Amino acid sequence: MNDIPAIEMKDVWFSYNKVPVVEGVSFTLSQGDFLGILGPNGGGKTTLLKLMLGLLKPERGEIRILGKPPKEARKFIGYLPQETDFHLSFPITVFELAIMGRLTHSKLGKPYTKDDHEKAEMALNQVGMWDYRFAKVGELSGGQRQRVFIARALASEPKILMLDEPTSSVDPQFESDLYELFKELNKDMTIVIITHDIGVISRYVKSVACINRTLIFHEEGKITEEMIEATYQCPVDLVAHGLPHRVFPLHKGKD
Amino acid sequence: MWEALHFEFMRHALAAGVLVSISCGIIGVLVVVNRIAMISGGIAHASYGGIGIAVFAGIAPFGGAAGFAVFMGLLMGWISLKQRDRSDAVIGALWAIGMAIGILFIDLSPGYNVDLMSYLFGSILAVGKPELWFMLVIDLLTLAAVILFYKELLAMSYDEEFAEVTGVPVRALYFLLLTLTSFTIVMLIRVVGLILVIALLTIPPYISEQFTSTLGKMMGFSILLSIFFITSGLWISYSFNLSSGASIILVAGAAFFLSHILRKV
Repeated sequence: MNDIPAIEMKDVWFSYNKVPVVEGVSFTLSQGDFLGILGPNGGGKTTLLKLMLGLLKPERGEIRILGKPPKEARKFIGYLPQETDFHLSFPITVFELAIMGRLTHSKLGKPYTKDDHEKAEMALNQVGMWDYRFAKVGELSGGQRQRVFIARALASEPKILMLDEPTSSVDPQFESDLYELFKELNKDMTIVIITHDIGVISRYVKSVACINRTLIFHEEGKITEEMIEATYQCPVDLVAHGLPHRVFPLHKGKD
Repeated sequence: MWEALHFEFMRHALAAGVLVSISCGIIGVLVVVNRIAMISGGIAHASYGGIGIAVFAGIAPFGGAAGFAVFMGLLMGWISLKQRDRSDAVIGALWAIGMAIGILFIDLSPGYNVDLMSYLFGSILAVGKPELWFMLVIDLLTLAAVILFYKELLAMSYDEEFAEVTGVPVRALYFLLLTLTSFTIVMLIRVVGLILVIALLTIPPYISEQFTSTLGKMMGFSILLSIFFITSGLWISYSFNLSSGASIILVAGAAFFLSHILRKV
């Protein structure tokens, strides 16, 4: 991969109705990285993602995606929103939803090409939903629907895949399949994932960021005591309970 | 019933019914899935302001209504984008302001007595040839827009945020939709009147949604339902000497309740 960073944030600030949500966030993510973003509810995880997507404009600071302003870089991004259980009565088939990911590559006012159809088919096969292509999206189970939304993100052949809690409504079996898929995909693309699952973070990601208005970035994918305390503001041993020990590096005794 | 077709006004009325159904079915579906029924109701009522201004200025009332409807529709759309959480209040205000403008201008028009009722409840039996041409033009515009931008409209209607991320010009499409909605509403005012427009716009899509798996099929089914409601309503109004607009809406209303019961089962 080349030298242009996948994501670059410099002193980014954002607030909703004067309530600060993101404060002075700076970090650089190289291409090919696999970033996990942790943080409490309302800590600004989704806001951070929307800033990267150009759906929100920072009040201060600068964001570059592959060296470009977010709006210009959109065609390189595959995006999975947090909520996928909306508009359940909407008449749309699985295939129609998956091929929507091809919009980034297609022209306004022109129908989808044969290539678009093939890419959508490939993406649906990747998530095991090709057999359901004629089904109405609203009639699927939550996990099946999530897979179709992931297929939609994949269909765009993104350079960066941004996933907002991709496993919130899938069954545990598919969840591990999914992470294996992401690991495979990570060979060709940068992945940014928002999750609550610290166990997952420890097994799959390369870098970790914790956000609770301010952001702590850790390139080696280790979750430090400081990060947990800063983000969740609760004693570390509570959070760590029941998690694989290798999540945490050996703690050097504090003076 | 067939002897009614000897009358030219009846043939015109049936032609108008079919023509308005095409735009009504297509735009109605987009109104329902984009949840802009409130704006549509606002446009329908506010367009009365255009009728008043046109009467005062001595130009064709439906030309005035069309221009004013588009203006008010875009204004409502724009303000509700700016103030999302107060959009219904803003639409409600513009809804009434538009009507009040119309009433005052008609008061100010000397010696002209407008048949208010025909605008409120429609007058499909008085549709003339020029209006049929106007309806045909609106239909062709609507069809062209929907065929051309089908994949973008589908993306915007289903998942606006994603559509925006993929570079679909959602703002421009939204205002295009409001413009087409305004023209469609003005056509429908001729058929069922501005008070009843909203029912003909929303009932066929509401029923169709249950039986269709794509937006295109939903539009097709809505067009057929709309034709059925208008022609059977017209037939009832002719046979029993009742108001055409209200008869059409009550046929649609009966189907609405029937489908609602079926939906529950």
